[in-house]
Amino acid sequence: MSSNDIAISIRALSKSYTITSNVERHITMAEALLDRAKNPFRRLETETFWALTEVAFDVAQGEVVGIIGRNGAGKSTLLKVLSQITEPTAGEVRLYGRVGSLLEVGTGFHPELTGRENIYMNGAILGMSRREIHRQFDQIVDFAEVVTFLDTPVKRYSSGMYVRLAFAIAAHLNPEILIVDEVLAVGDAAFQAKCLGKMEDVAKSGRTVLFVSHNMDAVRRLCTRGIVIEGGRAIYDGPTQEALRSYFDMTRRPTTITSVGLKNRLNRTSGAVRFTQVTAQDALGQPTWDFRSGDSIRFALTFEAHEDVRNLGIYVSISSLRSKEIITTISEPLTDSPVQAGETHSCIVELPHNTLRPGDYSLYFLLGSANLQTEYDVVDENINIPILSVTSEETDPYKTRGYCSMATDITFN
Amino acid sequence: MSQLSIETPAVEKRSPAPQAEPKPYKILKQRSGWQALNVRELWQFRDLLVMFAQRDLRLRYKQTILGVAWVVLQPLISAAILAFVFGRVAKLPGPANVPYFVFTYVGMIAWTLFSTTLTKSSGSLVGNANLVTKVYFPRLVLPLSTVLSSLLDFGVALLMLVPIELMNHVKPGASLLLLPIWVGLVLMLATGIGLHAASLMVSYRDIQHILPVATMFLMFASPVAYTISGISGKTKLLYTLNPITGILEGFRWSLLNTGTPQAGVLAYSAIFSFIVFVWGAYSFRRMERKFADVI
Repeated sequence: MSSNDIAISIRALSKSYTITSNVERHITMAEALLDRAKNPFRRLETETFWALTEVAFDVAQGEVVGIIGRNGAGKSTLLKVLSQITEPTAGEVRLYGRVGSLLEVGTGFHPELTGRENIYMNGAILGMSRREIHRQFDQIVDFAEVVTFLDTPVKRYSSGMYVRLAFAIAAHLNPEILIVDEVLAVGDAAFQAKCLGKMEDVAKSGRTVLFVSHNMDAVRRLCTRGIVIEGGRAIYDGPTQEALRSYFDMTRRPTTITSVGLKNRLNRTSGAVRFTQVTAQDALGQPTWDFRSGDSIRFALTFEAHEDVRNLGIYVSISSLRSKEIITTISEPLTDSPVQAGETHSCIVELPHNTLRPGDYSLYFLLGSANLQTEYDVVDENINIPILSVTSEETDPYKTRGYCSMATDITFN
Repeated sequence: MSQLSIETPAVEKRSPAPQAEPKPYKILKQRSGWQALNVRELWQFRDLLVMFAQRDLRLRYKQTILGVAWVVLQPLISAAILAFVFGRVAKLPGPANVPYFVFTYVGMIAWTLFSTTLTKSSGSLVGNANLVTKVYFPRLVLPLSTVLSSLLDFGVALLMLVPIELMNHVKPGASLLLLPIWVGLVLMLATGIGLHAASLMVSYRDIQHILPVATMFLMFASPVAYTISGISGKTKLLYTLNPITGILEGFRWSLLNTGTPQAGVLAYSAIFSFIVFVWGAYSFRRMERKFADVI
């Protein structure tokens, strides 16, 4: 790579956030003030959280790079720094061209404005000039298939139309460097395919693209190079195939959580019994977080008692990413005999032949007293345990209807 | 390949002579302290600035029956109320040969220009938090765009003044030509405070609650609905320390041809407004880099 066809150069890029951790929850403002009055000199304990540590790589012009990693690994922070939304704490980024970024579909859409008005508004927000938008207007409308609704406020749009219009505007951005975060995850299958096609066109036209997605097929199709981010570091950088392999190897490892977010956890719970390891396994006991519909899903949970506990119970729930619980299982009590401080136990929770429809799900594990009146420890997405991902070989025409398909008997007379 | 390259002249294989490092379009790294205003970049985003103002206007009168009429009705009604309270009930003396209502109307439209610009610009960041955390554009665009829409309101209210003056036989003089100066001063003062309030509000939403009270206090502390001609001594000095006093005098001088204000008072208001504006703009730029992380 000669130095004159470089598009992005990232050097020792780090980004930290400060988190205040010992803030007790105040229900009313009066309570907050009272607490402040009682302990006027207490300093807020702050924790520095490094979202990115010493990330460094170069991207050549015309390269299409996939950024992959688990939730909370730092992908989005990286994109936010590259799109100038937030500033790096250390290191620097050199950009050799105009950057257009699309971190969320429909940013700046206003429900009261019509489709036409929103096209101009959103285009301007994304950095297009009025003339540019005007020139591309018909193409955008065509692509989004909303011609007849142009003068209807978008609050009356179906969610499909809304997403189509939003993507169409962004797809007609013309910067030299395009940064895209997880936008293909929306819309129906047909439209997703269309979007992917459009992205391929963008890539072929010689523009530089940084692409974040959980849709590994899309990454495989679009990108020539993959960068795996884990714990705020770029742990792999190379051809897409190898990058995906390294990502999958990583996600299959059990998550040891002895100290992960302990402070955060103990804020919410007593900590009498604490999780030490949480693993998801397939029917053969192989660790994985990726399943197919119909596979058995097993969770192997290890925990350690810090105090003597009677009637230990466990609660597991699987939720859609919009945090609506879909499946919950409760066991109370796990054992009749008391669990003593210092003891380590494990249990396996199995969902034989899961009936989840394809999608990503978040998990929630709780150890508590059998009636769940006392919570000992909670492990969930707040401390970044992996997302459970379910795929399916068959095309399921009803996959948008609900999250779960139950075994049903239908009698026809 | 390596054998072949021995025979090929090296010059052909190389990319044309070592070049100087290309100049980056932009370098992103941590900044600290005071920042330049970067007017050039603001100019690049002028379309967005206009678009925000348009959006604001479009949204304001959606689902209202009277629509744009509110632009005129608001200052008319408030001027009428103030004229009644101060002119009739409190029987404060107005200026000679100008009806009390016309007098308060002018005060009211100047004051409204100040207060709407201040309120809107200060709330513009928090009100658009979703944009601030998701896209990049010069953040100054948000508060500055609010100036356009309040200026438009002011324009409409000003037009309304024409029939009011005709009906009441009030004529402005040559000092009318100075009106843009007073408008400029009001806007500088309001956006200056607004910019500072907007960046503070990102971390401290308390500002949201303090601001309306402070604005109301300021309104009564400024001669919006009364003259300071009857006031003397220390109170008078206090009034002249308020930069809005001078600006309001300027407005009335231009629009109602009331007496010429003292040059010193006007100069004080002008310098004060300018300093507040520059201070607001620079402190906004200084705090800007934290917005997306804190908001």
